[in-house]
Amino acid sequence: MTKADVIIIGAGPVGLFAVHQLGIKGLKSVVIDNLDKAGGQCIELYPDKPIYDIPAIPECTGEELTKNLLEQIKPFNTQFFYNERVDEVNQEKDLWVIKTNQNNFFKAPNIIIAGGVGSFEPRKLSLKEAEKFEGKSVFYAVKDKNFFKKKNISIFGGGDSALDWALELSKFSKINLIHRRNEFRGAPHTLSEIKKMEKEDKIIIKTPCQLEAIEEHENKITSISVKYDDGKIERIKTDIILSFFGLIMKLGPIAEWGLNMNKKTIDVNPENFETNKKGIFAAGDICSYPGKLKLILSGFHEVALASVECFKRARPNEKFRFEFTTSSKNIQERLGKK
Amino acid sequence: MPKITYQDKNGNSKTVEVETGLTVMEGAIQNDVPGIDADCGGSMACATCHVYVEEKWLNKIPKPEEAEVDMIDMAHEPKKNSRLSCQLTVTEELDGLIVTTPEKQS
Repeated sequence: MTKADVIIIGAGPVGLFAVHQLGIKGLKSVVIDNLDKAGGQCIELYPDKPIYDIPAIPECTGEELTKNLLEQIKPFNTQFFYNERVDEVNQEKDLWVIKTNQNNFFKAPNIIIAGGVGSFEPRKLSLKEAEKFEGKSVFYAVKDKNFFKKKNISIFGGGDSALDWALELSKFSKINLIHRRNEFRGAPHTLSEIKKMEKEDKIIIKTPCQLEAIEEHENKITSISVKYDDGKIERIKTDIILSFFGLIMKLGPIAEWGLNMNKKTIDVNPENFETNKKGIFAAGDICSYPGKLKLILSGFHEVALASVECFKRARPNEKFRFEFTTSSKNIQERLGKK
Repeated sequence: MPKITYQDKNGNSKTVEVETGLTVMEGAIQNDVPGIDADCGGSMACATCHVYVEEKWLNKIPKPEEAEVDMIDMAHEPKKNSRLSCQLTVTEELDGLIVTTPEKQS
């Protein structure tokens, strides 16, 4: 059981700035995210795309913004729990208890949900058979390379993940690389490596085609059928299917926590960004109130105000004093500035 | 105002007036048209506003830029006439446009 003043769900820009706003008030937060690193949509969807509307930063990428936010909250030594999705939220007197899909428990008087549009999960193949074999012979990520040795592997996708794994696994397995169009999008070096492996017959490229069927025998995948744009169907001997169609955002269990929701967003009070549950706040893309704009800067404002209410709940016997970072000795101490 | 028709795989359809300058995605979201999620809000980063554009309209709309085609790779069941509706800006010429939403967006 990990205890804190505030549990932050989501390590995107808004969750990270929440750590800062809580930290300068002397509150300890922990951050939980389903991805393996901080940044949320900034890192997962547009790491290289420029952002032009962060105040006082004329231009930066999603990756740079994340890096700078992490730098800004360094003094608070916050604990991050990655690769964990919050499944349950339960009340225990004045405290909230969170359970993750890794069976870890967290306890705090406050929760800030800065979950964007939900947690990122791999986009899955739509064939029913794919679901049946998921985790056995259909995969959306490679965890242990050894499992993929000396197999007939069919890889779907045209981006970096598909190309990188095709190259890596071609060292010890037979690879079919299957994509819906002839163009792949990857680093030039990767593309030339792929061409080389294709010449050596280690990677067989099948384009433009898509998965049509999975054939099985005695509960094992034996082959797949792909359909070309011209309607031609080809059967390919396959033991393992790897699919890399990127990540999608799923709201997931948040919908079951008893919060007032409006489509995929959580209703909040715009004075303190509290939800209908005392001590549970929502900020960033996931919250909704009259006039809400889905901007990073709006999220920053939202967590600043939520942090005040969090303070009142975490320190019921202390009076909240608003202070400026430029002049407050307390804050500067917390930031490690002498 | 141009009329845009959104239909689903089963033939259910909804026709709405969309102001020129808005995108086909925004037209759907503002009019509560089902079948278009637009999780990323129109930054061409998620492929959940994916639609199929009727053949006869394909030549009347600007060709997709490379980044859009790359993103369509990620969409659910992409086809030759797949587009991201956040990249289709409504103009007077698109009055009568019919788009079909895929079975699901994610």
